[in-house]
Amino acid sequence: MVGMEALADGERFGPFGGRFVPETLIAALDELVEVYDAAASEATFWDELESLWRDYVGRPTPLYRAARLGEAAGGVDLYLKREDLNHTGAHKINNTLGQVLLARRMGKERIIAETGAGQHGVATATVCALFGLRCVVYMGEEDVRRQALNVYRMKLLGAEVRPVGSGTRTLKDATNEAIRDWVTNVTDTHYIIGSVVGPHPYPRMVRDFQSVIGREARAQCLAITGRLPCAVVACVGGGSNAIGTFHSFLEDAEVELVGVEAAGEGLETGHHAATLTAGRPGVLHGSLSFLLQDEHGQVAPAHSISAGLDYPGVGPEHSHLKETGRATYTYATDEEALAAFHRLARLEGIIPALESAHAIAFLLREGERWRGEGPVLLCLSGRGDKDVAQVAEREGAI
Amino acid sequence: MSEKRETIRDTFAAAEAEARAALVVYTTAGFPSPDAGLDALLALSDAGADVLELGVPFSDPLADGPAIQASSFRAIERGVDLAWTLDLLREFTTLRSTPVVLFTYLNPMLDYGVERFLDVAVGAGAAGLLLTDLPLGADPRLEERIERSPLDFVRLIAPTTTPDRAKRIAARSQGFVYYISRTGVTGARRDLAHGLAPEVRALRQASAVPVAVGFGISTPDQASEVAGVADGVIVGSAVVNALAEGGALRAGRLVRDLRTAIGKVSLSANQQTSTR
Repeated sequence: MVGMEALADGERFGPFGGRFVPETLIAALDELVEVYDAAASEATFWDELESLWRDYVGRPTPLYRAARLGEAAGGVDLYLKREDLNHTGAHKINNTLGQVLLARRMGKERIIAETGAGQHGVATATVCALFGLRCVVYMGEEDVRRQALNVYRMKLLGAEVRPVGSGTRTLKDATNEAIRDWVTNVTDTHYIIGSVVGPHPYPRMVRDFQSVIGREARAQCLAITGRLPCAVVACVGGGSNAIGTFHSFLEDAEVELVGVEAAGEGLETGHHAATLTAGRPGVLHGSLSFLLQDEHGQVAPAHSISAGLDYPGVGPEHSHLKETGRATYTYATDEEALAAFHRLARLEGIIPALESAHAIAFLLREGERWRGEGPVLLCLSGRGDKDVAQVAEREGAI
Repeated sequence: MSEKRETIRDTFAAAEAEARAALVVYTTAGFPSPDAGLDALLALSDAGADVLELGVPFSDPLADGPAIQASSFRAIERGVDLAWTLDLLREFTTLRSTPVVLFTYLNPMLDYGVERFLDVAVGAGAAGLLLTDLPLGADPRLEERIERSPLDFVRLIAPTTTPDRAKRIAARSQGFVYYISRTGVTGARRDLAHGLAPEVRALRQASAVPVAVGFGISTPDQASEVAGVADGVIVGSAVVNALAEGGALRAGRLVRDLRTAIGKVSLSANQQTSTR
């Protein structure tokens, strides 16, 4: 069976991952591996990135004890890792800063990115403005419609937003189009992938950049509570905030890791994005991982109220964590996420991104299991400003 | 090891015996419609295609430009999948002897099952297999499995491929080597890449099989230009466009014009190699 063979170190997570891409991209991926590995071994690279994280992004982000939400979730000692407080409003910028430093090392002056909710597009446009690089962001027409505010933010930052009208007109198709651009312009262009997906080395590299979340959170949790959390919870689309949060806890066997996928209108309706729950292994966007697909091996359209989770694939390391049992994956529906969006606003004065609201929704539904247990840590991956208009429209408020 | 069919090798050799390049023509299975799919293949073959590439429609054709994307989506909407494509192939090979290379993304084949796919494809008369997203080294066990099958495993080389890697790919490729003329997705272009001749010459030296050039070749003039340097000329999007606009008749006319243009060009003496 394909993929059932571990290749060079870091290329696979168990059987998952790999480099299933057109030949034209191999040289660029080889270059990226070489440049990233060299950079990652240099203290000066991390010094520069960490000072940008601190002075430009505002890291470390707080670990906030959400007492009222914890009570509402069944009596959980709940801590929110406040990635929503990052510059640009989500965890995405942790990764785009790291990759733009690599693009500069490679002498690439043009940056492309795909975006779903627009958070990664905004984070990419932001670092391109900061470093004076040309930026093109691919975004599905459907997402351009539901995330109009982020489209305007990207334009303000000097990026060109190219709507993608093929296929399902969402993140999957924006990614296809970004890859097509990269295949065409590979010699002068770096592709900043926004999640732990895509061909090697992206899943590992993006994980490394996002691991700052869990590294901080683990130290903060120990400092505040004197112990490790009993559980770590995060939403999973491609899975970058979840991997970034989980990674520092992988060796802590007593810490339960829970990923929450988007169940859309419900698993039984077929309109969902719960890849790890309802998919099976397949190849999309350069790696072997769980994938939503139909009975003909065609990629099935995903659905989620949150554009950032509306993706039929998932990072290969999540597939590995699922198969090994180190992490468990569950889901929350559109309705549950919307309810959680409101609950967090009312209980804590925090409006979460609809993506992050899926993790909150799971905790509200099943948090009781940790009543009286040690702290539970939840990654609040982004803030909900971008979603306010969409939710208001859906609820007939405007 | 299963015996290779070698129909592709024989076809290139026959073209070489006529002192011309071979014409390789791509089309998407079940396009312009499932009902017209077989007629399209017959028309392309009868118009002078030496080798056919039969594309398996995939929902996410990320190496393809607008023409082949659109043909794939249209075919999928009408129920075309890998199993249907294999049935079409079986019908075609009972009627014509033109070798057919199945051209697919990895996922439909994995989902169908690799062993089952190889069995059925061989039974249906396929001559070769080309996988867009399985570059050399991506999955050695799978690659070796396909190499051991009766199908010729055609490999792609890009202009960005390093010379050392290109040599390794050329040495492993079966049937022919598919040289991508320029970076980018499939699709008709007005201008061909510069510097094609030296690249192709180097590959022909490194390769045990003929070297065909594709991507961006749409007109008889471009085809004859490439025919002057390569063993084979591959035309895809232009044929798909012709099928979309004027069906098998129009596509057949284009293939005839391409074949005529290629036939007027002799491979120059320094490019003839005695090994083939």
